[in-house]
Amino acid sequence: MVEVSVSQRITSDDQLARLLQIGIVLEEVVEARAHHHYESLDAELDEEVETLLADAAEESAEHRARLEGLIEGLGVDSVPFDEIESLVDARYGRTQPDDFDGVLYDQLCNEETAYKFYDDLIEAIEGSDAEFSLDRAELLDTLESIREEEAEGVSEVTEVMERR
Amino acid sequence: MNTADQYLKTIYVVQKQEDGPASTGSIADALGVSPASANEMIGKLEERGLAEHEKYKGVRLTDDGIVKARDALQTYCIIERFLANVLAVEEFREEAHELEAVIDDTVADRLDTIIDRQPECPDCFDPETDACACLEVAAVPAEPEQ
Repeated sequence: MVEVSVSQRITSDDQLARLLQIGIVLEEVVEARAHHHYESLDAELDEEVETLLADAAEESAEHRARLEGLIEGLGVDSVPFDEIESLVDARYGRTQPDDFDGVLYDQLCNEETAYKFYDDLIEAIEGSDAEFSLDRAELLDTLESIREEEAEGVSEVTEVMERR
Repeated sequence: MNTADQYLKTIYVVQKQEDGPASTGSIADALGVSPASANEMIGKLEERGLAEHEKYKGVRLTDDGIVKARDALQTYCIIERFLANVLAVEEFREEAHELEAVIDDTVADRLDTIIDRQPECPDCFDPETDACACLEVAAVPAEPEQ
């Protein structure tokens, strides 16, 4: 990896808010896709996968609420879930996994992507000396705890995939 | 997107615009960095076999460099399109430049699942407008006539 020299820092409330909005969309995508996957399992129910997806959707909704709390503090609007859901609906066919392994793999991508997103965001905030309207410690605490849950999600999905 | 990828993307676009090797000055201008910083990174890209630098002529990407540059340009297009069409950001070009360093390729791939990108991407990227030529940006609604 080449050393970073171009700006990789977050310098304003606006940039931070935009990144938190992107986090919300990522969580919404996970939630909406989990819901689709869950519905597509109806032919042959698989309890383990079903529980995993239901938990993932619940966790995403909870992360979304925490991110919304943060961006409210910045005075910025959230991203409406129904709009994202309709976008997922419109594109889902093109990117739909076609079996249980595919569903698990998609879920693994979701968790890994979310982990990477929060990890980069935390690093960018830590590397910035900008003053945000939010309390920096609280902001980092929230993001670190969400990142931790994403890491746990990666382990859970990996474990199920390895066992099957 | 890491710094190396931002350079590769820029060199690729400048090379196309100049229809030949990209000069260090143009690369530095496009990235808003000093020619010295650009030279340093170009040296690193050369060491990794991604670019070749000819004195007095400029930089040319190798085949490996082109593959990586096109991936980076695609990631950039996803970010622009996502900002413009999903978050309805008017200043999507400026914001895409600001945010590209913090958005990883894997994150862009996930955002890609909800945007309507054309199969020819990233060939549809237009350096003149700094955006995808197929990108439809919602126009500001006209004032209704009285």
